Amino acid sequence: MIDKVKTARQFTEAIPHAKALGMKFTDIGSGTAEMRMPYDERFIGDPETRVIHGGAVYALLDTTCGAAVIAHPSNPGATATIGLRIDYMRAATPGQAIRTRATCYHLTRTVAFVRAEALDDDDTNPVATATGTFTVEGVK
Amino acid sequence: MSRKRPEPVQVVKQRRDDALAALVHGVPYIQFLGIEFDRRGDELTGILPYDDKLIGNPLLPALHGGATSAFLEVTAVIGLSWAVLWEELERGELDPDELIAGHLPRLPKTIDFTVDYLRSGLPRDAYARARVNRSGRRYASVHVEAWQDNRARSYAQATGHFLMPNRDG
Repeated sequence: MIDKVKTARQFTEAIPHAKALGMKFTDIGSGTAEMRMPYDERFIGDPETRVIHGGAVYALLDTTCGAAVIAHPSNPGATATIGLRIDYMRAATPGQAIRTRATCYHLTRTVAFVRAEALDDDDTNPVATATGTFTVEGVK
Repeated sequence: MSRKRPEPVQVVKQRRDDALAALVHGVPYIQFLGIEFDRRGDELTGILPYDDKLIGNPLLPALHGGATSAFLEVTAVIGLSWAVLWEELERGELDPDELIAGHLPRLPKTIDFTVDYLRSGLPRDAYARARVNRSGRRYASVHVEAWQDNRARSYAQATGHFLMPNRDG
């Protein structure tokens, strides 16, 4: 299990796009992952309100979901997103980091099912939720 | 009697392109990703020029799904916003100089966005076009497709719902 966690961390931290967006792991468990992306003015989507662009939140959720799949104890290797849906419930508060939590709640020989949520400093009121399907590679 | 001569084509084009550039360049995240738009009449094509920071899998290598989805979402929002602005510009309800001067309209807000990843994103430029399937007073539904070398082989597509900005306020 330790190796899985290490693999997920190494795999994700070697991603140029994740690095460009300042994403960091805060926790990896058995089929779960948590990440954080600090507020950055370059990621603003609405110049008037200074709210982060939904696309940056999407990228963080996608990465966290992928990491949760890799961190699943039954998953043998790498993964790719098949489909991912995001619901944006509210604007993220400008100036606050985005934190994401993803759980790979089901895994077949071919498909991994994941859900995730994105939060700012308000723990009880998510900014966005995501549900996605990911490939499972390398099972014989 | 004399009919008013139509404006020279270059003047019309320049005004439309300036209005579009003002809309696109006002958003920092669009600049961060390096997305540009090519305009032919009212049709827009989003262009995501390749950059190393867009890579999600360095081994393949492949574009990050998040970069692709952001590109799709940006193309959908700008496409939707432009479709509304185009009508208003053509009807003379909106002064392009106001846009160019930075008095930008509020952009539609994404309610939900669903992306299908069809193929791995190659490490080269990507293109996308949005189709507004429905644009009402409050809600809009937009489909968007992205491709790379071959227009007929999309590498990703998405559908999203958007909350339209309040045009009265």
